[in-house]
Amino acid sequence: MNVENIRKDFPILSKEINNRPLIYLDNAATTHKPLQVINAISDYYKEYNANPHRGAHALSYASTEIYEQGRQKVKAFIGAEGTDEIIFTHNTTEAINMVAKSFLESLLRSKDAITVAISDHHSCLIPPIEIAKKVGADIDYLELDEDCLISDDEISKKIHKGTRMVFVGHVSNVLGTINPIEKIIQRARDVNAYVLIDGAQAAPHEQVDVAKLDVDFYCFSGHKMLGPMGIGVLYGKKVLLEQMMPYNYGGNMVNFITKDHVDYKRSPHGLEAGTQNVEAVYGLSAAIDYLNAIGMKKIKDHQSQLLEYALKQLSSIAEIELYGPNDLDYRTGIISFNLRDIHPHDIASILDIDGIAIRSGYHCAQPLMNYLNLSSTCRASFYIYNTLKDIDLLVEGLFKARRYLSYGHQ
Amino acid sequence: MDINDIYTEIIIEKSMDKKNQRELSHADVSKRAYNASCGDDITIHLKYDGSIIKNASFTGTGCAISRASASMMIDLIKGKTKDEAIALSETFIGMIKSEITDAEELKLLDDAIYLKNIAKMPARVKCAVLCWHALQEC
Repeated sequence: MNVENIRKDFPILSKEINNRPLIYLDNAATTHKPLQVINAISDYYKEYNANPHRGAHALSYASTEIYEQGRQKVKAFIGAEGTDEIIFTHNTTEAINMVAKSFLESLLRSKDAITVAISDHHSCLIPPIEIAKKVGADIDYLELDEDCLISDDEISKKIHKGTRMVFVGHVSNVLGTINPIEKIIQRARDVNAYVLIDGAQAAPHEQVDVAKLDVDFYCFSGHKMLGPMGIGVLYGKKVLLEQMMPYNYGGNMVNFITKDHVDYKRSPHGLEAGTQNVEAVYGLSAAIDYLNAIGMKKIKDHQSQLLEYALKQLSSIAEIELYGPNDLDYRTGIISFNLRDIHPHDIASILDIDGIAIRSGYHCAQPLMNYLNLSSTCRASFYIYNTLKDIDLLVEGLFKARRYLSYGHQ
Repeated sequence: MDINDIYTEIIIEKSMDKKNQRELSHADVSKRAYNASCGDDITIHLKYDGSIIKNASFTGTGCAISRASASMMIDLIKGKTKDEAIALSETFIGMIKSEITDAEELKLLDDAIYLKNIAKMPARVKCAVLCWHALQEC
């Protein structure tokens, strides 16, 4: 994997911030786009634009082809069995809301329980929690052990006979932990509970095989994997998607409608009301092509290399706190940390002056922050265009922050 | 933009000054202000003697700007009445919003005037005004 060549495909990486080269370490928030994706979006409007599915003219056919081929491409990317198992949404958040409102709500009763993880992103937590609160069901939290992992014991305790559905992240956006989703799915099977896995931080970085996982629902966002914003994917087993009432009502999702009766389309179109983000599907297709050309295995190996190097370099800084598991087999390229004597917001600001972009705050994971007794952390997260030098510059920046703002450390 | 434009000597100095960052026993009122987006979480404590703010302090965690602002605010409001303190908070917030620029008016802010440049940094405005909003709600 030639990172230098890859970087040439990303126009934004030649940008300067305060007369310094951009060092972008906020990929868990969003990723940059290669020309192939940017051009795809632009080409869509130059060559193919029309409202798909409903027209009887050339451009409408072309647009329909692009949209449905995009669906085909996503299906292959995640190992789904049929294109009717792939629903396009705006993002992961919408996908999870869709499952919460159109699936969980009709299944959950007040004597039931749902299970979530304490490390879940708010988008994975809040939709099911609101439904549970509405019907008066219990909420169980999978908690972390001292190594920031979810133990077997925890899984069997918190997913039990009363559990109807589990909502868990595949990878934590704060700690970078790869959760034991195979074990979670198996346990859910044993107690007849359904599982939704939030794959926003996983699908961009490793090969996902939803059929092999035997997961009920899996979702992720295009913009975190080189694709444009405004496109997400909900994978659902066909038999389950067929049970879901429509999430949004409107155009393009009915077979016929009379004054007395509506016959809704089945999956996938029944769950995609109105004009969809076709440009973004085309952009996502180009992103998938780009990733496949490199190979997801190589991408994962590159992440591991950066992670290992970063953890080693960061641990050499005095008074640094690194969060997350020690075992690198359970981690991806996301590192949350604090310098004991400097507030994360100040660290991020000082790094920003030198063109280095990290994230500071609670990362939309307040329950996790409370659980770890933290109010905020810094977060650096890597992707295919980051280099070891980026990490060296991050470390240099942290030493600089300390020179300016520390309470006596040098 | 240079690091010294944001982290001026006085901001660094005031952010590290522990004199005003402490618990206040038997405080008459405490008010918490929390900025979820960046993790600033400051509580201010006031003790009155009649209508005069006899003692004040702040506790919590926050970035250098929020702490410097809180420290300077505490120095400014001690010995003032509640109304005078509120008036000063309006002046400060007006300064940060670039709505108040008159030098005579701004002089009333004493050292807090050194946060004037934050007006040019939208990302840090919330940090600078956090404690002053808490004061207004006391």
